[in-house]
Amino acid sequence: MSGYNFAYLDEATKRMIRRALLKAVAVPGHQVPFGSREMPLPYGWGTGGIQVTASVIGAEDTLKVIDQGADDTTNAVSIRRFFARVAPGLATTERTAEATVIQTRHRIPETPLREGQVLVYQVPQPEPLFRLEPRRSETRRLHALADYGLMQVKLYEDIARHGRVGSSYDHPVMVNGRYLMSPSPIPSFDNPKMHRSPALQLFGAGRERRLYAVPPYTEVRSLDFEDHPFVPLRARGRCSLCGAGDSYLDEVVTDDRGGRLFVCSDTDFCGERQAMREAAE
Amino acid sequence: MYVAVKGGEAAIANAHAWLAEERRGDARVPEIGTDAIREQLTLAVDRVMAEGSLYDPGLAALAIKQARGDLIEAIFLLRAYRTTLPRLGASTPLDTGAMTVRRRVSAAYKDLPGGQVLGPTFDYTHRLLDFALAAEGLAPPATAEADPGEDAAPPRVTGLLAAEGLMAAEDASDAEPGDLTRTPVAFPAGRALRLQNLARGDEGFLLSMAYSTQRGYGNNHPFVGELRQGEVAVSLTPPELGFEIEIGDLMVTECQMVNQFHGSRTEPPQFTRGYGLVFGRTERRAMAMALMDRALRGAELGETAEAPAQDEEFVLSHSDNVEATGFLEHLKLPHYVDFQSELEAVRAMRAAVEAERSRRAATQPEMEGPEG
Repeated sequence: MSGYNFAYLDEATKRMIRRALLKAVAVPGHQVPFGSREMPLPYGWGTGGIQVTASVIGAEDTLKVIDQGADDTTNAVSIRRFFARVAPGLATTERTAEATVIQTRHRIPETPLREGQVLVYQVPQPEPLFRLEPRRSETRRLHALADYGLMQVKLYEDIARHGRVGSSYDHPVMVNGRYLMSPSPIPSFDNPKMHRSPALQLFGAGRERRLYAVPPYTEVRSLDFEDHPFVPLRARGRCSLCGAGDSYLDEVVTDDRGGRLFVCSDTDFCGERQAMREAAE
Repeated sequence: MYVAVKGGEAAIANAHAWLAEERRGDARVPEIGTDAIREQLTLAVDRVMAEGSLYDPGLAALAIKQARGDLIEAIFLLRAYRTTLPRLGASTPLDTGAMTVRRRVSAAYKDLPGGQVLGPTFDYTHRLLDFALAAEGLAPPATAEADPGEDAAPPRVTGLLAAEGLMAAEDASDAEPGDLTRTPVAFPAGRALRLQNLARGDEGFLLSMAYSTQRGYGNNHPFVGELRQGEVAVSLTPPELGFEIEIGDLMVTECQMVNQFHGSRTEPPQFTRGYGLVFGRTERRAMAMALMDRALRGAELGETAEAPAQDEEFVLSHSDNVEATGFLEHLKLPHYVDFQSELEAVRAMRAAVEAERSRRAATQPEMEGPEG
């Protein structure tokens, strides 16, 4: 697309974002304010992730974009097409193993990530305490004092009332034993994948103008209690397409008489397994 | 069996083609030109420029056309363009006192130096549909030009009050104001950033918040000290020249609300100001902005903040319609991963409740029903 810099943002903006990212990496889990730009895609649709991706990506990179674990969901298609348009030379892929940068909304790929890969999360609400204390001036103070009693009490109340923690996604994590962090609305099933991941994890919240990061091999602990340990949830069942019994499943309603089946939410993972099965047969 | 839920490439292309067709409408009707929008839908253009934070009537008209008249979508288009523009320099502060006035009214005084100038306003029109407009009309007869009168710009009403010592002085500052499009706002934001935020805030939001202060939620007692509309010169001092040069004119609307203040231990009773300044002829937003500016000055004036309109963080965080509409509309995006985990959580909770119920039923003897 003519008239725009590589990956849309001008170089000065990219440098500003990379500086903020360096700070975020240096203080894992801490939210760093940044001068978020208006993007040609709407707020809430991944502007933070897009700005982070645009700032770290180069023409020699290979980009994968997923939404709900899938490469072919409309928003993932739209963002991948955006980068294909504004970043000439950039390769795109649907294979987790081939990608150097993966932008995601709501999932972490099933295929384990490796060193050198960057996982960019789209974050709607970076402040993990916002439902308990809406004032960011106050939550900033709570983070400074590492005062996370509000969240512990909330989890306790969930357990007392429902026998389990109520949040099944966006379950808060402690990063490096210091900062309480929102993992973005990934299912709690994905939380353990963040712990000591060899990949660099970057988080961008465009509308809220915050960035944060989890450097490779950092401790990421899902908040819980000794006598009520964190339990990730998934639908009981196997994928109808590839037979996986350990992946996160989407439920597909097949008719109006209660018929349903489950399929892998991670389309690349599922496709690989189907291909392997066919090859074996 | 599994086809409908995913697969976007072709769907998006078809949707965009259909959108283009819908935008054009019936091809037998002549296409609307951006020049027609710029000249005839001026208040829409003004609103898009104000909330898009970019003074360019031609681009605003294009955005309105492209957005099929959805002004928030048009504002979004203009913002996304604006953000790519280089910053060549900062102008010197606008001198609205030297405005070439086309409208200027005060509700505080019956008559005043410089006079009341009604200008082209909807005020005092009867809101009766003019069916003559639906027919292809000729241009209306030209209005008689008024006697330009004195050359000097009319004095400001707040200046008249200040001369009497009745207007609270503002904190003057030559500090470079922040830029909320470049630096995230931290709270407390301070007045300069607040005004910046309000100047591009959603008109409907500002109107409703300002209205709430009139209905007792954060009461103030406003008078339109002065509302003026007209063209002001924009000047720049390029460092290589070292002197000021005029680079163009802006059409702006400025509103100065005058509010009673009972005084405090250190300040005598006097009037305080609420200030609004917006691009174009968007008078409603200038007035709403002025009310909101005053409502948000509570901390500075020792008032307790009780209502939403007085809460700086609340107002500033929710005024931007591009942010708000994006986040609201993102609910249309798929959420089935999260919803799936919610389904599992609800099922697990229901199973636990069921198990508890049957355990109780098994261990407890049948109870007699309550009497009566």
